[in-house]
Amino acid sequence: MTDRYVLAIDQGTTSTRCILFDRRATVVAVARGEHPQSYPRPGWVEHDAARIWRDTQRLIKRALSEAGVESSQVAAVGIANQRETVVVWDKATGTPVAPAIVWQDTRTSALVERLDAELIRSRTGLTPATYFSATKVQWLLDNGLRARAERGELLFGTMDSWLIWNLTGGLHITDVTNASRTMLMNLTTLEWDDELLALFDIPRAMLPQIRSSAEVYGTASLLPGVPIAAAIGDQQAALFGQTCFSPGEAKCTYGTGGFLLMNTGTEPVRSNHGLITTVGYRIGAGEVAYALEGSIAVAGSLVQWMRDGLGLIATASEIETLAGTVDDNGGCYIVPAFSGLFAPYWKSEARGVIVGLTSYINKGHLARAVLEATAWQTRDVVEAMNADSGLTLTALNVDGGMTADNLLMRTIADFLQVPVVRPMVAETVSLGAAYAAGLAVGYWSDLRDLRNNRHSAGRWSPSMDEARRAAEYANWKRAVESAVFFSS
Amino acid sequence: MSHVPGLIQSIERSSAVLRLLAAGPGRLRVKEVADALALPKSTAHSILRTLEHVGFVEQDPDTARYRLGRGLLDLGHGGIDLNELRGRALNWADALASRSGEEVRIGALRDDKVVVVHHVFRPDDSVQSLDTGRLLPPHATALGKVLLAYNAPAVEAAERAGLEAYTRGTLTTARALARSLSETRERGWALSVEEWEAGRAGIAAPVRSFGGLVVGAIGISGTVERLCDTRRQALTVQVEHVLSTARAISRDLAAS
Repeated sequence: MTDRYVLAIDQGTTSTRCILFDRRATVVAVARGEHPQSYPRPGWVEHDAARIWRDTQRLIKRALSEAGVESSQVAAVGIANQRETVVVWDKATGTPVAPAIVWQDTRTSALVERLDAELIRSRTGLTPATYFSATKVQWLLDNGLRARAERGELLFGTMDSWLIWNLTGGLHITDVTNASRTMLMNLTTLEWDDELLALFDIPRAMLPQIRSSAEVYGTASLLPGVPIAAAIGDQQAALFGQTCFSPGEAKCTYGTGGFLLMNTGTEPVRSNHGLITTVGYRIGAGEVAYALEGSIAVAGSLVQWMRDGLGLIATASEIETLAGTVDDNGGCYIVPAFSGLFAPYWKSEARGVIVGLTSYINKGHLARAVLEATAWQTRDVVEAMNADSGLTLTALNVDGGMTADNLLMRTIADFLQVPVVRPMVAETVSLGAAYAAGLAVGYWSDLRDLRNNRHSAGRWSPSMDEARRAAEYANWKRAVESAVFFSS
Repeated sequence: MSHVPGLIQSIERSSAVLRLLAAGPGRLRVKEVADALALPKSTAHSILRTLEHVGFVEQDPDTARYRLGRGLLDLGHGGIDLNELRGRALNWADALASRSGEEVRIGALRDDKVVVVHHVFRPDDSVQSLDTGRLLPPHATALGKVLLAYNAPAVEAAERAGLEAYTRGTLTTARALARSLSETRERGWALSVEEWEAGRAGIAAPVRSFGGLVVGAIGISGTVERLCDTRRQALTVQVEHVLSTARAISRDLAAS
């Protein structure tokens, strides 16, 4: 057997997965391990980074043994990771000195409120939020670690850095996509911004070196001689795995919420609609591809609410069955502003509404309104992206659990008036990491080579009458206005 | 406690539990069920958990009391929600398309027809359109023959509806169909070669839920040359791909 493979490590929020891909981008083996979420106080979310590293080693071995593959057959390792999560560890012992603070953690909201939003936006492309790493590092330093950090005894990294440091036995680096989510990187120079470091009072010595998303960083002691050749944030990895290499190409991952990223080319596009400007990827010494990112706050979680909150369905899939009992929404719209409205509205006080109720409305109409809410939110983000970038979305590449919902996919195609395409490899995050690593070592020759691997598993074409779409969109906009009107 | 030899005691007890829940206002604790039927609490608990597994009872998460499940309401609906089936089979179906190089469909019987529950494109860059929701003739497709093979009333219904000829190869007599279905049961998968469309073949296998209940079929379809050898027999490697996928989905369904 001379077959060679690329190993992807997807270090996610709830689980770590190691997936082995072959040259045709087919999944050869998957090993998955969940890790616990710790909620020590309201708003706090923590991970045990040491446990995640132990899991990763175990899962790498399991993936290889499942496929019957020797480490000599692994051409490269690529890492995709949950973004923004902060690990701080002891430089001498390699032991984390505090629990990892997860991106969802909101303990730093008071620190965020004090920030000069305009300054942060202009330097980093990010709208200040508790998501990003900077205030989490600041919080850790302010809570007992400052002296050690200033003596140069501590290192900071996102999950990619933590895993690479461990895999290589002491290389302290991060990639440019992960760095772009820290709120410490200057989006133009792609280096740590001294003024921001001073603002957050973070010693430069504890930061990793910023590298490209795809280059040989070092080799893994666990897999003798195998190059570690990629690191990339998970949503950017999905963009890359979906082969969105040209400006205007976009993907949306539908899970609890939705993450829509559009490749905007080699110049950063500053948003006038509250979208995030971020680094999409950088291959070797090549030019940086930037991306606009917009999130849909409530997608799958609205279906979960129908299931757990209202008890109208027993499983999430049944939303489609229920929605299929009626032909349309019957004039009913749901705006799921459970914790305010995100891009492009940014009304944090808005609250969810169900409008257009008449005695005619039954649970089937509500189910339809639930699915349509995800589709309209997607359209809102896409319109903002088109306006900011001057590009026009011509197709939406989708992935994530909700792509199993045929009616939802059809509805999104109808509402966006572009085809919606589901790729054959559902594991787009892992595939993106594998692609980046494979490119770096010449396993795949170029972007075109990767494109050739891309096959559609399904494609939904728009078929809605234009006048009806316009009328429905106007109704959605009015429903959004009522959510704003009904602010808390 | 009397028990007639030759009958299965746990099924008798399960029916008693269901009758008990159906009789009153129907929200009982394990202990109340055990007391009412003079069963050890652990036995009552095992029965309730099994009935919950198959959807016949539900446990209120707040009060921990048991009540009749919605699975009893849709006993006539084939055992699984079809959108649920698609959701559970999605990743397996993608992998089948990748490995076999052919398009994949999942089908289930609805109103005497095969409804396409899920469709994955053939992994080349040809223009294809999604078939989901389309109705296929059961007697002329591999998916349909799998579904008929494990469902005698559906065979009668298909025969009553008339075994329409689509090609010269379509099985149009009850006898020919019965022979093919019996063969399907024996080997555990179905083959159709130019029985619906000229030049095309299909291979399909049953997807089973708990207790072995066939809730759907998954299969590949493509040109006769790609799916069959020169004697028009299914290629073993393709049959293996279909069978292992069907087994994987079945395992997943039975475990939930």
